Amino acid sequence: MNLESEPLESRAQALSFGDLFIQFLIIGAISFGGGIIAYERILLVEKRKWLSPDEFMAYLAISQTMPGLNSVNMAVLAGDHLRGALGAFVASIGLILPGSVFVLGIGILYAGASDHPLANLILIGIAAAASGLLAAITYRIGDANWRHLKSLLIIFATFLLMSIAKLSLPLVLLIMAPIAIYLYRPSKAA
Amino acid sequence: MSLLINLALSFSLLSLLAVGGGTAVLPEMQSLLSHHFGIDHTQFVHIYSIGQLAPGPNMLMVLVIGYQLAGLLGAGIVLLSFFLPSSVLCFYIGRLWNRFGENPWRRSIQNALEPISIGLMASGVYAVAKASIVGGVTAALALVSFYLILRTKINPVLVILGSGGFGALLMVYLK
Repeated sequence: MNLESEPLESRAQALSFGDLFIQFLIIGAISFGGGIIAYERILLVEKRKWLSPDEFMAYLAISQTMPGLNSVNMAVLAGDHLRGALGAFVASIGLILPGSVFVLGIGILYAGASDHPLANLILIGIAAAASGLLAAITYRIGDANWRHLKSLLIIFATFLLMSIAKLSLPLVLLIMAPIAIYLYRPSKAA
Repeated sequence: MSLLINLALSFSLLSLLAVGGGTAVLPEMQSLLSHHFGIDHTQFVHIYSIGQLAPGPNMLMVLVIGYQLAGLLGAGIVLLSFFLPSSVLCFYIGRLWNRFGENPWRRSIQNALEPISIGLMASGVYAVAKASIVGGVTAALALVSFYLILRTKINPVLVILGSGGFGALLMVYLK
């Protein structure tokens, strides 16, 4: 698939840096509780048609394979696609700005109130729910992987090495990546 | 000064290790913070929970860690070092990827990395659960939240806030 089939200039004229910034700022401000990728798809593919569904899927794959947060990576790639390097910068800053302000505000409150008994009790409840939330998101992102023996084994082995054997992350990747890539090598998949 | 350099190096490393999203580096981040920066499990889970309440990427909670350790400057440095390295890498890989087009190895590397990142996320769940589930009440709250988020369309923020309020109430009465 050729992502540069359409001349960039014709798109570039269609949107300004201001528009790009505001659109990602809105996503950054309203996407509570994860699922930012879904909001980004609505904006990029459905609302503004800045990317084709195919282009979006290709960028999603890169976002997930590369280190970093998937939603931020997507903003970088889409921003670059639309308005080059500065576009990538503008889109990702827009995405993380609202949450940063929010989290810093709460963080300052927390630093001042972490010894308060009621604040502590509330945070205990919040933390318990957060682990439930994280488990639910993991389960959902895992999707079809939970039903295939090969991927289940890789998931389980990775978990064992990381959480039970307590190896460091680089070491876990060094062990698991070659095994997994061998198991999924092209000749076998074809 | 050395604290800031340490923070910058640690979070740059975490940034480049975060294959499969931020939750994949949660266990690594937690052990790093407790060994080198004196942030214990309880504090870590508190800060993680704050991140869940914020809009946007939930890993923005790293800002709170930076703020706790070194004030506003610390928050800025952590933000920069956690987001910049991975974004720059992604930027260049994106351009390279577009140039290469479709290649069978691309698909298989993607397929191979997927279960690994899920395994790492599962480790993240384990790390957060181990620190936050401390008894019957918290276990029940976690299970109810898991169920509500998976099976209903209730906004996760409401579930989390509700759990905070309800949990506090329960624990006050049970004492």
